[in-house]
Amino acid sequence: MTTPMPSRRLAVTLIAGLLMMPGARADDTLLNVSYDPTREFYKDFNAAFVEHWTAEGGAPVTIRMSHGGSGKQARSVIDGLDADVVTLAISVDIDRIAQATGKIPADWLDRLPDASAPYTSTIVFLVRKGNPKDINDWDDLLREDVQVVTPNPKTSGGARWNYLAAWIFAEDAYQGDEARVRDFMARLYRNVPVLDTGARGSTITFTQRGIGDVLLAWENEAFLSRQKMGEDQFDIVVPSVSVLAEPPVTVVTGNTERKGTTALATTYLEYLYSETGQSLAARHFYRPAHPDLVDPAELARFPRVTRVRIADRFGSWAEAQATHFADGGVFDQITAAGR
Amino acid sequence: MARGTRDWRRSPVGEPALARGVLIGVVLLFLALFLLLPLVAVFAEAFRLGPAAWIAAVTEPDALAALRLTLLVAVIAVPLNLVFGVAAAWAIAKFEFRGKAVLITLIDLPFSVSPVISGLVYVLLFGGGGLLGPWLKGHGIEILFAVPGIVLATLFVTLPFVARELIPLMQDQGTADEEAALSLGASGWHTFRTVTLPNIRWGLLYGVLLCNARAMGEFGAVSVVSGHIRGLTNTVPLHVEILYNEYNFPAAFAVASLLAVLALVTLVLKTALEARLGHGTPSRAGP
Repeated sequence: MTTPMPSRRLAVTLIAGLLMMPGARADDTLLNVSYDPTREFYKDFNAAFVEHWTAEGGAPVTIRMSHGGSGKQARSVIDGLDADVVTLAISVDIDRIAQATGKIPADWLDRLPDASAPYTSTIVFLVRKGNPKDINDWDDLLREDVQVVTPNPKTSGGARWNYLAAWIFAEDAYQGDEARVRDFMARLYRNVPVLDTGARGSTITFTQRGIGDVLLAWENEAFLSRQKMGEDQFDIVVPSVSVLAEPPVTVVTGNTERKGTTALATTYLEYLYSETGQSLAARHFYRPAHPDLVDPAELARFPRVTRVRIADRFGSWAEAQATHFADGGVFDQITAAGR
Repeated sequence: MARGTRDWRRSPVGEPALARGVLIGVVLLFLALFLLLPLVAVFAEAFRLGPAAWIAAVTEPDALAALRLTLLVAVIAVPLNLVFGVAAAWAIAKFEFRGKAVLITLIDLPFSVSPVISGLVYVLLFGGGGLLGPWLKGHGIEILFAVPGIVLATLFVTLPFVARELIPLMQDQGTADEEAALSLGASGWHTFRTVTLPNIRWGLLYGVLLCNARAMGEFGAVSVVSGHIRGLTNTVPLHVEILYNEYNFPAAFAVASLLAVLALVTLVLKTALEARLGHGTPSRAGP
């Protein structure tokens, strides 16, 4: 007998697993509340960090993850989810936690290098294999025969990046004529059949349910779905201009000071900037903030793209948020006009 | 026999054989298409990579933690609702009092409220900006985004099952048996144990079964209060969603097949109980 009877092994494992009630462990635990597309990256990064931490003489540590739409995750932390660190899609979501709870100092963005963004990304198009609708740039999304899949900017961080990237393109194309830019945006959103609440939901809508001709996606999410669903099904199209997306990370100091995990949480985030952290980010299709630490072969697959910084175009994320995504803001106006 | 057997083919329900055949065929086709096929698909997908992959998926630490949490929640919620359901049904069926209609309506409330609202109610109560949240947090008590919150939300949505099952049954049975027992000198507790309980036992089991199925399968309310921390506050239905969102379809369906098995077991037990209920209710003589 080379293999034990599966059913017996299953029963033994199940019972053993069920009897080991949690709580008996005295390990330090760290809760990382993150957004949707980072699941695969943090799974690997956490394993690497635990190894590094214990090798450096740290006590055994368990890292727990919670994933969801960035806005929704911020809401949960405000409602009391006991996060030690938050790694979200947009700085405004962390600003909200800071304002509502006071658990994060207002100047949090300056606590870590690179405006607290150890990895960056951009927005690209994922199209069906061979690009049958010949979609090459933002203005192709307005054609009547094109269906666009993107999540709801009210709930999803990725969706807000998508929206602003399109806005930047239109603003350049029409030399800042705002009426024409608004018309461009209204026509774009008229081509969106479903607004999912999160980036991952939209990806599943496009790849699994087969809805739409083009998915506006995080670059990392586009690479990942090609990897998971087969490279023969989808192509990535890089538009002429896109955004520099800087998903920030920070320690929820109010929570860590109560739990005594501030040092651990800080080391955890700093490790994102190490050679290991940067390489893992690149492997999971995030553009590392310090490419010099990463094997050039890992970087070769990132296409060249003009990336506009939000602060350079919209003043700041807070301003972009207030103008475009607040209740009654530009997004509400153009979608209401489209109906 | 009062009714002649000769005429039954012509009675209003006795349509011609063809019509009957078509009707039954349509129903069977419908059931096969909308119930059986999806169920088969779940199991087919779950075992697509073979039994070893299935075992690996359901014994993975996070899956086990989800299973443990789901069982824990059911073990707490079901007995509590059993006690509450019997007490409420007893009060409503055997006594007359003011506000009875209000009480019945209140018991039905969780049926008519969307599960998302049931969850949000607890966020409003126990959340960081909620009524009781800050005070509880100050005293180191975790409700929301922890096991107590999940138990509370589950209790809320499963509250009506036992009571709803027992109320009509007990009302049907009336109070004559209990009155007889009491007049013969039995104590209240003795009467309940030897007269009332045997009369309602099948209905009670049926209610507990439905309550348990819902407690283990609840998604909406639990999703709102869970916080989705892997290995800590994910129940089995939430874990299925997470796996699905991570492109891990075989594992998602493997864990989903556990829930499907629970549904099938519930169905079989329910059918058996219904058979007992149908014949068993008049058996007032006791065991």
